[in-house]
Amino acid sequence: MTPFHLYMAQRLSALVMAPFVLVHLGVMIYAIQGGLTAAEILGRTQGSAFWFLFYGMFVVAVSIHAALGLRVILSEWAGLRGTALNALSCAIGFGLLVLGARAVWAVTAGGVS
Amino acid sequence: MSEREIISVTVQRGGPEAPQYPQVFEVPAFESQTVLDVVSWIQQNADPTLTYRFACRVGMCGSCAMMVNGVPRWTCRTHVNKVLKGGKIEIGPLRNLPVIKDLAADMDPFFDKWVAAEGRHHPTLSRDDAIAEIDPEQPARVEASLGIECINCSICYSACDTVAGDSDYLGPAALQRAWTLYNDGKDADKDAILDAVSGKGGCHSCHSMGSCTAYCPNGLDPLSAIAGLKRATTQRFFRGRAK
Ligand code: SF4
Ligand code: SF4
Ligand code: FES
Repeated sequence: MTPFHLYMAQRLSALVMAPFVLVHLGVMIYAIQGGLTAAEILGRTQGSAFWFLFYGMFVVAVSIHAALGLRVILSEWAGLRGTALNALSCAIGFGLLVLGARAVWAVTAGGVS
Repeated sequence: MSEREIISVTVQRGGPEAPQYPQVFEVPAFESQTVLDVVSWIQQNADPTLTYRFACRVGMCGSCAMMVNGVPRWTCRTHVNKVLKGGKIEIGPLRNLPVIKDLAADMDPFFDKWVAAEGRHHPTLSRDDAIAEIDPEQPARVEASLGIECINCSICYSACDTVAGDSDYLGPAALQRAWTLYNDGKDADKDAILDAVSGKGGCHSCHSMGSCTAYCPNGLDPLSAIAGLKRATTQRFFRGRAK
């Protein structure tokens, strides 16, 4: 991974996130307007391959994008370099991925959490 | 004749050999006085050991840049009355560069990065060939011409917070030079240029905040040049390398 590849990964993940954020916000507003309960929402998302893929890809893009953004801050503001920088950024990305994947699984699979 | 007004000038003294400390000088005000005139007055009349650098005094050579009230400026073209704050001025060596002594900064890292950014000519022809004609209106040439008035003063480099946070960052002037050569019809190795600006500390580290463009005394726009390099490297990623 060269710095250029990290740059591309951050731009491309942003490109992926942009429509997801808009749809996500739209759905949230819609769900609140209609006064849907949590159970009703879960009833629509659980077992839905669409929402699993939608939020699954969203979480992957967020993990990449946020980890790379924090990597720059850790490097320029905290002076981290080399292995320490790479290890911590990977840990952040992986941590976000695990947290997000658990939530996606809880909402779209059978309710295992 | 009325007495001359006095300017209170705080100068950063010292360097690696002596600890740095601020020293205050009282300098008589003159009409149309520049910051470089003030520094020269101190060296000629108050303290001959004051170290600073200048050559042309007309904004051509790029050697007189210093921090003036915390901002990088070309001192030979900066009028005192433009920067005077309550009868005072603070003058220090350029930021983001090692200090040699007093107001003289070590420019080596700045110029080393010009070379690292592949800021040198890759000829298309030899001395035995006829000189190729270049159309000055051609879009790439117009783009290249935007960057050629750089006087290597390092003001943009001092203004850049990314340089401050990342000592590997090549900085605005070197990257602007790379972009100029990239657009130069007489440069034969575009790929070498894009490779040089894609590595550690390359153009992709730029945060596009534009301090370089805001402070360049010649009105150049390294911010846009760097954006051009980012575009060119991205296009190469999708389209593949030339030939
Ligand atoms: S735009 Fe880029 S090069 Fe210019 S000051 Fe900001 S980070 Fe530095
Ligand atoms: S781009 Fe402007 S500020 Fe930077 S070195 Fe060249 S002339 Fe100086
Ligand atoms: S002395 Fe040459 S640019 Fe100021």
